[in-house]
Amino acid sequence: MRKISRLSRFNIASLALGLAFLYLPILILVIYSFNASRLVTVWGGWSLRWYHELFNDRAMIEAAWMSLRVAVSSATIATLLGTLAAVALSRGERFRGRTLFSGMLYAPLVMPEVIAGLSLLLLFVALNAERGFWTVTIAHTTLTMCFVAVVVQSRLSSLDRSLEEAAMDLGCDPLRAFVAVTLPLIAPSIVAGWMLAFTLSLDDLVIASFTTGPGSATLPIRIYSEVRLGVKPEINAICTLVIALIAMVIVIASLASKLSSSQGESAAPL
Amino acid sequence: MSARRIFARPARLAAIVPYVWMVLFFLVPFGFVLKISLSQTAIAQPPYEPVFDLTAGWAALKPAFAALSIDNFSLLASDDIYVFAYVRSLTVAVTATALLLLIGYPIAYGMARLPKRWQAVAMVLVIVPFWTSFLIRIYAWINILQHDGLLNQILLALHLVSQPVVWLSTDSAMYIGIVYSYLPFMILPLYATLAKMEPALEEAASDLGAPPWQVFWLVTFPLSLPGVGAGVLLCFIPIVGEFVIPDLLAGSNSLMIGQTLWLEFFTNKDWPVASAAAIVLLMVLLVPLLLYERLQKRQLEQGR
Repeated sequence: MRKISRLSRFNIASLALGLAFLYLPILILVIYSFNASRLVTVWGGWSLRWYHELFNDRAMIEAAWMSLRVAVSSATIATLLGTLAAVALSRGERFRGRTLFSGMLYAPLVMPEVIAGLSLLLLFVALNAERGFWTVTIAHTTLTMCFVAVVVQSRLSSLDRSLEEAAMDLGCDPLRAFVAVTLPLIAPSIVAGWMLAFTLSLDDLVIASFTTGPGSATLPIRIYSEVRLGVKPEINAICTLVIALIAMVIVIASLASKLSSSQGESAAPL
Repeated sequence: MSARRIFARPARLAAIVPYVWMVLFFLVPFGFVLKISLSQTAIAQPPYEPVFDLTAGWAALKPAFAALSIDNFSLLASDDIYVFAYVRSLTVAVTATALLLLIGYPIAYGMARLPKRWQAVAMVLVIVPFWTSFLIRIYAWINILQHDGLLNQILLALHLVSQPVVWLSTDSAMYIGIVYSYLPFMILPLYATLAKMEPALEEAASDLGAPPWQVFWLVTFPLSLPGVGAGVLLCFIPIVGEFVIPDLLAGSNSLMIGQTLWLEFFTNKDWPVASAAAIVLLMVLLVPLLLYERLQKRQLEQGR
């Protein structure tokens, strides 16, 4: 039987409908951000009016700046810690407390955010920490390092371990073998992990609401409080900008993994 | 000693920093939630009576233990608002997960049957919305579902309805939002198992005379069960504690537990009750969480 014939009409229809369902709402949102009319439902021609208004909205810009700073710092720390955790789990063989360690790393992937947010806030209050940039960064690092760990670990477990073992048989010490052989091979997944951590942090509303302090709202907190009051074209504009930023991040990530996959195997984006 | 064993020793050392971090910022905070869930509400900053203070030494521990109270938990069990919230959270999560499976399965199945080259493209297309902001995707639906939004305009133009339908603040809007947000989490694990499946198995069944629905029901579906399990857990657990989607899309007359917790914490400033609600939520999710962890572990360590 030929391979092509496996694809039935039903398969094609469900794929097309599924993708339309996933993309149309975002597309509509982007289109309406360029609408000249204040009424979100009436098309008044193309315009950049809402982007202009956005740049005069100081609170929004401050929130965006705060979110970017948190996202870059938490993604960077999370990538470092998550990669270390992945190396320990996939190359450390057995060690004491391993079950607890992997448990702590996998649970936050699905744990409801309200629980994580509340528990971290209670810790910060008990420590008497001033809430703001650092508390949100720590909270986001804790959550996103788990995602980084999973992404890097799945890459590490698919790697051929005889490569690093060969390097050691040829006289490398473990650190040198790791840096010279393993690290270049897992680099695309580390980049992907950073990008994932960055977007997750940029996106988070619940955990940031719990762990931030007065006067330091992140972008999602700001957007959320506006959205509760109804649809506004300015919100469409800021959402479009965020989507553009994330799209850029994805393109860079896939280019990076393409570049390095020409040297090694290809890496999945997630 | 083998190279593998020599490599393992420094690899284990790599665990130290992330280990300490997770204990400090993931495990220890649960202790605080437990502690505050057992304390009394107070009009103070922070708004609870301290239950015990380790700096006071062991002598102070005895009265501290005497002061622990399960009042907050008995409140949760006796007040209908909370009981309803738990029941509703579970109902919503079960319904939404079933919908996700029904909608996600055909899409994942279609992906797995694409030619190999197109499979990678389809996978990226499914993952990309997952990278776009959660909040923005919900906001996009508010645009469409509002009173004079696109959906009502289309329905009116097609003369399917004579007046605009109220979509926002209804359960339908909430289910649309949940299905939309969690669809990639359902599709990806399903696709992963379906794509690995040996096509010869299906072909053999149909060569032996099984009609297509029987091939699917007796061969394809049972073999995809690991993916079904992963997708169901990946959606069910976070949906039970979901806050943003019901808050923005559903009506405010029946709350889910994530909303109740949020309300107690931010609006009523009742931290002890919010903490107790979090503990109960965690208990409800303990079994699915443990199942999920076992699954994740097996998946990530099968290469060993």
